Amino acid sequence: MKVPEGLYYTEDHEWLKVENGAGTMGITDFAQEELGDIVFVELPEVGDDFQQHDNFGVIESVKAVSDLYIPVSGEITGINEKLLDQPELVNDEPYQEGWIVKIKLSDEGELDELMDAEDYREFLKEEA
Amino acid sequence: MKYISNTPAEQKQMLQEIGVEEISDLFQAIPDNIKFDRSFNLPEALSELELRELVKEKAAKNLDLSNFDSYLGAGSYDHYIPAIIDHLILRSEFYTAYTPYQAELSQGTLQAMYEYQSMICELTGMGISNASLLDGASALGEAVIMARRHTRNSRVLLPKTLHPAYANVARTYGEPHGLDFVDLPLEGGQLKLKSLENELDEETAAVVVQYPNFFGSLEEMKKIAELLEDYSKALLIVAANPIALGLLTPPGDFGADIVVGEGQPLGNTVNYGGPNLGYMAIKDDRRLLRQLPGRLVGKTEDVEGETGYVMTMQTREQHIRREKATSNICTNQALNALMASIYMATMGKEGLQEVANQCYQKTRYLIARLTELEDVEVVNQDNHFNEFWLKVDRPGTSLEEIEQKMCERDILAGVNLAELTDQEGLLVCVTEKKTRQDLDNYVKSLEVVLND
Amino acid sequence: MTEPLIKEYGSPGRKGYSLPELDVPEENPGEKLPAGTVRKEAAELPEVSEVDVVRHFTSLSNMNYGVDSGIYPLGSCTMKYNPKINEDVARIPNLAHIHPHQKEKYVQGSLEILYELKQYLAEISGMDEVSLQPASGAHGEYVGLMIIRKYFEKQGEERTKVIVPDSAHGTNPASATMAGFDVVEIESNERGMVDLDSLRAAVDDDVAALMLTNPNTLGIFERDICEIQQIIHDAGGLLYYDGANMNAVMGYARPGDMEFDVIHYNLHKTFSTPHGGGGPGSGPVAVKERLAPYLPAPVLQKEGSQYYWDYDRPDTMGKVHAFHGNYGVMLRAYAYIRTAGGEGLREITENAVLNANYMKHKLKDTYELPFASDSLHEFVLSGSRQKKDGITTANIAKRLLDYEQYAPTIYFPLIVKEAIMVEPTETENLRSLDRFIETMKIISREIEEEPELVENAPHNTVVRKLDEAQAARNPDLRW
Repeated sequence: MKVPEGLYYTEDHEWLKVENGAGTMGITDFAQEELGDIVFVELPEVGDDFQQHDNFGVIESVKAVSDLYIPVSGEITGINEKLLDQPELVNDEPYQEGWIVKIKLSDEGELDELMDAEDYREFLKEEA
Repeated sequence: MKYISNTPAEQKQMLQEIGVEEISDLFQAIPDNIKFDRSFNLPEALSELELRELVKEKAAKNLDLSNFDSYLGAGSYDHYIPAIIDHLILRSEFYTAYTPYQAELSQGTLQAMYEYQSMICELTGMGISNASLLDGASALGEAVIMARRHTRNSRVLLPKTLHPAYANVARTYGEPHGLDFVDLPLEGGQLKLKSLENELDEETAAVVVQYPNFFGSLEEMKKIAELLEDYSKALLIVAANPIALGLLTPPGDFGADIVVGEGQPLGNTVNYGGPNLGYMAIKDDRRLLRQLPGRLVGKTEDVEGETGYVMTMQTREQHIRREKATSNICTNQALNALMASIYMATMGKEGLQEVANQCYQKTRYLIARLTELEDVEVVNQDNHFNEFWLKVDRPGTSLEEIEQKMCERDILAGVNLAELTDQEGLLVCVTEKKTRQDLDNYVKSLEVVLND
Repeated sequence: MTEPLIKEYGSPGRKGYSLPELDVPEENPGEKLPAGTVRKEAAELPEVSEVDVVRHFTSLSNMNYGVDSGIYPLGSCTMKYNPKINEDVARIPNLAHIHPHQKEKYVQGSLEILYELKQYLAEISGMDEVSLQPASGAHGEYVGLMIIRKYFEKQGEERTKVIVPDSAHGTNPASATMAGFDVVEIESNERGMVDLDSLRAAVDDDVAALMLTNPNTLGIFERDICEIQQIIHDAGGLLYYDGANMNAVMGYARPGDMEFDVIHYNLHKTFSTPHGGGGPGSGPVAVKERLAPYLPAPVLQKEGSQYYWDYDRPDTMGKVHAFHGNYGVMLRAYAYIRTAGGEGLREITENAVLNANYMKHKLKDTYELPFASDSLHEFVLSGSRQKKDGITTANIAKRLLDYEQYAPTIYFPLIVKEAIMVEPTETENLRSLDRFIETMKIISREIEEEPELVENAPHNTVVRKLDEAQAARNPDLRW
């Protein structure tokens, strides 16, 4: 189970990478493994505004559906359109080509609530 | 007969293995105060022979369609059903199977459903069909709430030319979802276009059009579709008789978004109205597809690259999405859909056209002959498929009397519209099963009855 | 071996039907009908012969498996044997060949059968009035909830919530949404039953109903049912019984006596009508007296010796079917109840429960039994032990197919990880039960010795494991 260093993690098994106030998020290797073969990702529109923990989309595998939650408040600045035709990218490369949305953070203070890689590994152990 | 094959000795052996004395010990979890402590007040068990006799006796109290020359339609149609259909559906691998949860051992059902979906698409001119719904009316109910979800609008326009039971079911389905139904009046057996024009607005979720409509007439489909063009959101829902589509332009060609209807005319018996099947087809639109209720079968491959079929896009359905599902439907009408499939395949490209054409021509003939009679009028005499609205205006003779007297001559003359609508007259249905002699006899009988 | 699509049998001009020659004058339909309404090109349906059709569908049937083929232990589906006489009964011409718009006086025989069936269903469930209109179990749930909705509307109460346990069938929450309610899910306790504290916490003035399956989907009887009904009724709510598992209690307990207000049956489960590869079913709804005014219209009534449809139902919840529901299915259920008789129904339940308990007893050491509480007609195992060896419940199910037996319901109920839900029904004999038990044990051994054999199953079916991800990513839904 890959949990790369340098990312933020949520209890919903999402990751967030932040560079200069711009975030990129996706679901973790653990999440994609649990869901199984991803067949569909419902994406928001660029420009949509969300508050932290808002439900902004849906990710579906053959036999499961999971809501996607925004890890930090902000505006959607990009969506991974490749997922519309190749949802399997989330399975194959959850931390790279399988990213889901880009967010312009409106409150970097919210990052303090998120886990780092070590905390998330610990969280996964507890979950098991 | 209980169809239990274990003997008392075997039952005892099983109880011993489990480690209890008696079968009733297995029911200890049921609290004593609610345990059923008497025998059922039900008739004694019958042998197979006794059952057969009993049912035959009751059946003898019916007068089935073989006793009459029937012109009843109004949503349930007595077409010819090729012999092979019943023989094939009695293959127990079909009719004693459950929903195909284990695809690899259910390829028969699954492939048949894929073929059903394909043929429904061919017939309706639509891109995608589901694997059936419960009946035509509930399919319309599902369609209007689908339109609500898809457009987020709440107004649904229901013409008075829609089958009253369908309108009733649509209202029942729509009411909990805040749908606001607007009646469109009729004019000469068609929906009044002007009122459609007036009622259409940006808040409209859908317009429902029956094709042919309840009274047997064809609506001005092209004009309706044109009116809808100005409202980007509103969906066009067409409730179509699939047999008519052997002759008529498919709703897809008019830009229908959702086509629903009763699949019974396709090889299913009238059977007092059930079981038959609802069909639903939509245009090829990924967003609409995600709102589609009911099962879908898709083609795929196995690990060795062989073609196979599976239930697909199941995340729309109740067993996965629960309260957020597109519908609560689980059991559908698979065996009836199989019957429809066998019918469509057997009749085929030419046969379906011929059935439809015969229905039309024979209806035309009957109308022509009837309108020669005095005090007889056919509201839609030039605009019909296989049903028409017959009005008889003979002073001193009520429609009920006419119906009754026709009945005495072994003719079920039609459905009395007053029983279902606020209109007067008979809704007369003609299928390809009628001969010229039958039709002449209808005319002659009516003439006699009127002059009685 | 795969079977071509029916259209691939086609050849231009080939025909599989025959009709009498048209014996009336023929006109061009385009002359009179509104512009553009006559089809320009024929629908592209197959052009095949009758023999082609027969061969094709016979081949397809050979790629299928029904309860006539062997055991079908789908939990909560009650796949019992479908007696052949019932098929004959439903095909008696004077019963089958009647039109829904025929006047009541001509169909008294059919109405008598339906009326008696209603009475039987009321007696078996301990309810007062019945509607046969719903065409499936989920349809019945929807009708039941709409009755509840209408009832509160008439009482002038606004109740918006329906409580559903987390072990419930997916149709329960979906039906609640269809009927316009918000769903509140409550957790089960460690015994696999409704947790009374969670229930109490969930109940308030907004609750319209609790939907309950009893025995629940674990096959466990909710022994706190009296407390449960008290909690709901004290709060002014109603109790809905999902009749999917009626085969577990006939003659032993009745929903009406448990103070349920509304129930639906599944005639295609409990009363053995064939499921047809997905339908038709039939989902009659039975209610207590105070809810009778809200039943779907029309309601079948009797006056003197005459039966009639009563349309004068001002408070009805409406209508859910164009006609009277799945009549042909009702005839089969009627035949089944008559051949079983009252005592027979009780024996049916007893043997269903005996068979399930026997199987559970024989399998509980090989597969984990997550809930040890007494169970009735079905039980739920978990494949989590096997999962540790890298084999999933889905793999086990597929391997069963190689042994020419259908697999149990899997991954349901959702509260059990790697769930394997087994319902053998009363019509399986000891030999068939033992064969299934033995096969499950063989598979367990295979997982230890040759896991790849199970992982790559099935091997012996007409197609091997199918790619469901591909099917969902790029839907190919028609030719």
